[in-house]
Amino acid sequence: MTVRTLPFLPPFAWGVFASQGGLFGKAAATPRRRAGEGSAAVVRQAAEPSGPPQSPADIERFRRLLLPFQDDAYGFALHLCRDPSAAEDLTQEAYLKAFRGFSGYRGGEPKAWLLAIVRSAFLDWARGRKAWAGLVDPHAEAEAAEQAPAQDPSVEELMVLQAGVGELRQAIAALPEPFRQTLVLRELQEMNYRQIAEITGAPIGTVMSRLARARGLLIAALRPAPGATA
Amino acid sequence: MTAPCADKEPMLHALLDGELDAANAAALEAHLAACPACARRLDTLEALHGRLAALPPARAPQALKGRIEAMIGAEAARAASPRPRPARPAPWAGWLAAGAMTAVAASLAVTPLATGPSLPRQLAEAHVRSLQADHLVDIPTSDRHVVRPWFNGKIGFDPPPAPDLAAQGFPLVGGRLDYAEGRPIAALVYRRRQHVINLFVLPAEGGLRLPRLGPAGGPGPGGFSMLHWTGKGLDYWAVSDAEPGELKGFRSAFEKAEG
Repeated sequence: MTVRTLPFLPPFAWGVFASQGGLFGKAAATPRRRAGEGSAAVVRQAAEPSGPPQSPADIERFRRLLLPFQDDAYGFALHLCRDPSAAEDLTQEAYLKAFRGFSGYRGGEPKAWLLAIVRSAFLDWARGRKAWAGLVDPHAEAEAAEQAPAQDPSVEELMVLQAGVGELRQAIAALPEPFRQTLVLRELQEMNYRQIAEITGAPIGTVMSRLARARGLLIAALRPAPGATA
Repeated sequence: MTAPCADKEPMLHALLDGELDAANAAALEAHLAACPACARRLDTLEALHGRLAALPPARAPQALKGRIEAMIGAEAARAASPRPRPARPAPWAGWLAAGAMTAVAASLAVTPLATGPSLPRQLAEAHVRSLQADHLVDIPTSDRHVVRPWFNGKIGFDPPPAPDLAAQGFPLVGGRLDYAEGRPIAALVYRRRQHVINLFVLPAEGGLRLPRLGPAGGPGPGGFSMLHWTGKGLDYWAVSDAEPGELKGFRSAFEKAEG
């Protein structure tokens, strides 16, 4: 097993990682945060003191770096808001913000930069709809932590392997935040832990514990209902 | 069957995700060799990982991609000719800046220098894009009762009426969300024989400062016919490669149908 190298680390992310002694060991000790904390500040830092691309070459660079991720941005927005029409609006809004803040982009993985902006656009949208309170269940993390540990692992593996596409999608959509976005960023968007930390504004230890719980919840959701025969 | 070790659970995820450093990975591999429950748990996590990776990814709708393209085009034109210019520290710096601006403008060959691209020019470009990008309409229907509600909540102002004018020779093709003046706007699409007419609709507050074309319509940027009028709080801009006279007929048919 090799350690993945992480060349990507934009300047605004240093604050997030400077406090991390290493990739491991702080998961249990991390203070709980609300899902909205952090990343809005990240995006603000990235986007606000900056402007749109200044030259035709810059505009071309914007297209080349960011337009390939329209499907990813839309997919992430869709998982966040679970509404196809709102997801389109959020994606377009995110591209507008990205364009207008592009001179603040300091290199690094453009997809992670874009997804952080998608998330920020989503939070604005959710606040505007006053849906914020419903987004994050303050008890969700505690409850998830108390989820019964795995049952018979061999039965569980079978259930997972047999789960259909619709069943999986439904199980993902039913995950409470902040677990859903963490899982989606890792499993569907293929972001690494540092990138997820940067996008969601959570320390890496929190990302790890959320991811572990998200997967645990997902596996539990694929189990046969109690009473049903497997 | 024994349960997997709870203290190893987070490490299993990190191993699966390739995020474990070499020392921890080696220690965990040794544990897995001795603990079947943890090994089975890792199998389950890997199975989940594999199933999720195999999910068909979401695809952004083509219409959305068209709107993003339109938005970038419009924003790029704005960025290329910023409106306010900072005070210049010295005369020679002014000349340098002016030279640079001229160079940019020459390389783009798009807009006059003094202001951002005018609305007529933005709309002419939007008209061209609508013809080129295989993205004439987001909602293809001649049913006025479908087109108008479709715009609800998408444009930030009350959607325009969308009468079908087929009887007058201007069949309604559909509606499209477009982008100008830094905001989403409505585009109603009509046909006049083989010509496409884009009727762009904005809230009227921006109308007064805009250059007006003659009452019969006139050649707009790019050589298209353009006709502008205001009604019921909305600004209408008809853009087409049809003759200017046709647009005049279109306007009166539209206003009559609107009642």
